[in-house]
Amino acid sequence: MKSKYDIIVIGGGPAGLAAAVEARENGINNILVLERDVELGGILQQCIHNGFGLFYFKEELTGPEYAQRFINKVNEGGIDIVLDTIVTSITVDKIVSIMNTEGKRDISAKSVILAMGCRERTRGSIAIPGDRPAGVFTAGTAQRYINIEGYMVGKSVVILGSGDIGMIMARRIVLEGGEVKAVVARSSFPKGLTRNVVQCLDHYDIPLLLSHNIVEIKGRERVERVVIAQTDEHKQVIPGTEKGYDCDTVLLSVGLIPENELSKLAGVDLDPKTGGPVVNESMETSVEGIFACGNVVHVHDLVDFVTEESRRAGRNAARYVNEEFNREGEYVSFSTSGGLTYAAPQRFRYSNLPDKLDVFMRVDKVYQDQFVILENEGRELARFKERHLTPGEMVKITAPKEIFTGCEGKVRISLVPRGDKT
Amino acid sequence: MYDVVIIGAGVSGGTVARELSRYNLKVIVLEKETDVSCGTTKANSAIIHAGYDPEEHSLMARLNAEGNPMFDRICEELDVPFKRIGSLVVAYDEQQTAHIEALYQRGLNIGIEKMKILSREELRVREPNISPDAEGALLAETAGIIDPMLLTISLIENAVVNGCELKLNYTVTGITKEDGIFRITGEAEQDVEARYVVNAAGVYADVVHNMVAAPDFRILPRRGQYFVLDKSEGAVVNSVIFPCPDKGGKGILITPTVHGNILLGPSSDDLEDPDDLMTTAELLGKARMGVRKLIPSVTTRNSIRTFAGMRARPDTGDFIIREAPGTKGFFDLAGIKSPGLSAAPASALYLIGLMENSGLKLLEKEAFNPRVEWKLFLERSDEDQNKLLKENPLYGRIICRCESITEGDILDAIHRPVGARTLDGVKRRCRPGMGRCQGGFCGPKVQKILAREQDRPWEDIVLEKKHSYILTGRTK
Repeated sequence: MKSKYDIIVIGGGPAGLAAAVEARENGINNILVLERDVELGGILQQCIHNGFGLFYFKEELTGPEYAQRFINKVNEGGIDIVLDTIVTSITVDKIVSIMNTEGKRDISAKSVILAMGCRERTRGSIAIPGDRPAGVFTAGTAQRYINIEGYMVGKSVVILGSGDIGMIMARRIVLEGGEVKAVVARSSFPKGLTRNVVQCLDHYDIPLLLSHNIVEIKGRERVERVVIAQTDEHKQVIPGTEKGYDCDTVLLSVGLIPENELSKLAGVDLDPKTGGPVVNESMETSVEGIFACGNVVHVHDLVDFVTEESRRAGRNAARYVNEEFNREGEYVSFSTSGGLTYAAPQRFRYSNLPDKLDVFMRVDKVYQDQFVILENEGRELARFKERHLTPGEMVKITAPKEIFTGCEGKVRISLVPRGDKT
Repeated sequence: MYDVVIIGAGVSGGTVARELSRYNLKVIVLEKETDVSCGTTKANSAIIHAGYDPEEHSLMARLNAEGNPMFDRICEELDVPFKRIGSLVVAYDEQQTAHIEALYQRGLNIGIEKMKILSREELRVREPNISPDAEGALLAETAGIIDPMLLTISLIENAVVNGCELKLNYTVTGITKEDGIFRITGEAEQDVEARYVVNAAGVYADVVHNMVAAPDFRILPRRGQYFVLDKSEGAVVNSVIFPCPDKGGKGILITPTVHGNILLGPSSDDLEDPDDLMTTAELLGKARMGVRKLIPSVTTRNSIRTFAGMRARPDTGDFIIREAPGTKGFFDLAGIKSPGLSAAPASALYLIGLMENSGLKLLEKEAFNPRVEWKLFLERSDEDQNKLLKENPLYGRIICRCESITEGDILDAIHRPVGARTLDGVKRRCRPGMGRCQGGFCGPKVQKILAREQDRPWEDIVLEKKHSYILTGRTK
């Protein structure tokens, strides 16, 4: 490890790896990747199921296989890897403080790429009432116990949340000889990908209880029982619908939170809607030369999109280091409404736009036959046809640069039903 | 044969154990749980009260007032985090203003120092986020916040280092007295004989008392439910803030914790079952709404944990610290509800005074060591850190990233004289799992370290209680 790098990448998961490789392919040969775990690949290493890479590689890979493709590329040179190391702070001047078994050190960089990923929402954050016994796990922690450490977390399981990890773990538990009593979701629609509902639940006859919630966990030492009740359209429990389910384990798949404690230390502005940094067309944060990509920016459902976004960050960090970055003109911001909950990136400078800009969004509920319409000061810039939109699947539009010619202030993005004459 | 057996390894039993370990006495502490500090001590508001609140002339008033000033020295000797951040009782109207003035007067009568009635403006300078309706407050500068679990662990560890014995997993099932000797019977355990018994059994103190003495008090369990908020909310208040008290007690408060989180609660639920530590949606909701009256901007969106604790409320209205009438040598340290933690050091001295009057000989040891050294790696000086890293590089490996706890810290927690044997035991000693991920990332790693260090299989490591197993076996 040197004391100075052109680019330091924080995190060796799919985002960090793709960013590092892309930066090198854009001419930077002095890159450091810092990883807290003892191996590269991040959470992909515990995702031993297949389904990764369908968009990016046009083939079906497991998580470790997908990660390995990038690990191989990283190992081709120009990139130093330091494992088992924690970053304790990042300053605005891009001094990165680290700590590992060799001690504490400061390293400086011309550019930093934030790729720390996200963490799981816990029982405490949703305040499920009841006892506090052993046997309540987040789905990701259970996945680590089963797939990495080789231990089973329980025999009879209820899963709260219809996120992808929860559904994938439901199938995993059945494959390991356990029983999944139900997957319980507060929403009226599954939060994860449709393909996971089919492949992980339907194919294994696991009941999916939509518009339900766990209202109590019972068991003083280990989980013994949960009480499940129906919820109304405001997610409030409908009294009288409570029903007990005997089980020894509860898995929670109730959302992911971008991990931005370090970003805050670096003075990076965060978007309350995504929980991640506000980024521009180049994946640059509000601090010049600090870029961000992957789940630290906004929670993705497909690693393929993480890879694309991270390549964008890596490419632009390289441009920044090579002083090719264009800062002409004012920022234009995206503002979302009409069913869209956020847009990432949040803003762009026209002068610096690529020929085509990918914009990622999410919807608040299920929609059929919609237009995603972009407007600036009352003028429609473009519309994109969408047949089926669901909160579990990120919306991605690819907008040609020229539609943004002459835009100022805010570009409004909204959903309008097809058939409406607007 | 022991001179003294102490039943219960909470803060009450722990303080008595440490004080007795100054003398040439054979002392043992019996605890039914897998670790010390597992009852009321681990689930309360973690406050050292100034002492203006208890009724004048009560034992509570006297021992709180005497106990509060003792914490600086104890916490320095035992390396326990403690901060005198001051407390406020907020008044919203004339009636409540009169009430806090009465509390102020009561405090003066009891002898509490550094109190002041704050005006509307003074209150806002101190607490910018206070409700616009707050008219003023009683400030008590000597109130503080503490980690009661670390306090108790360190007290008992210090007692053990000075010769006291500790027996965990010992549930007392019977006590008899013959020829001035008490015989304690444990569930599937060897009997213990002693000349003196200290009953510090918390919510079970009445049950233990009744095993050998005439029933004359009851413990009425009263549960309290709390939220713990993420450190990102840590700046929302600067002091311990109470509403004006009413019949139900001191009310729902909000306070920073000594580790930088925010604690809000407790509810006040009267129950029959002292082990019913369930949280309920209704009462958590009330706690949340109650705190918003004090600090309207508080949300529980960044809650990282909810929990409930049980207060050992005495039906007598005051602490029960005395030799049990008719049973010489059996001492109750019972009914230790709030301000029990604040009073603990003074209560122990008061109790030991009573024991001495009853014939216990207190001969000071030549070599009592009052010091427990207990600092996390990152809380140490650079010089100490470099030294430790040379001794063991594992001090450089962070296991818990939320709280910045290293593998070296966890090894210390396991290998100390009263070391951790469970996941929660490690958490109480050095905090992995207390942060925002609640052990999601570090749980399996801590389990691996515990298994390795104690040469036990992973499946044998429990969360806390005997049957709180985490894993059910290997995968296929």
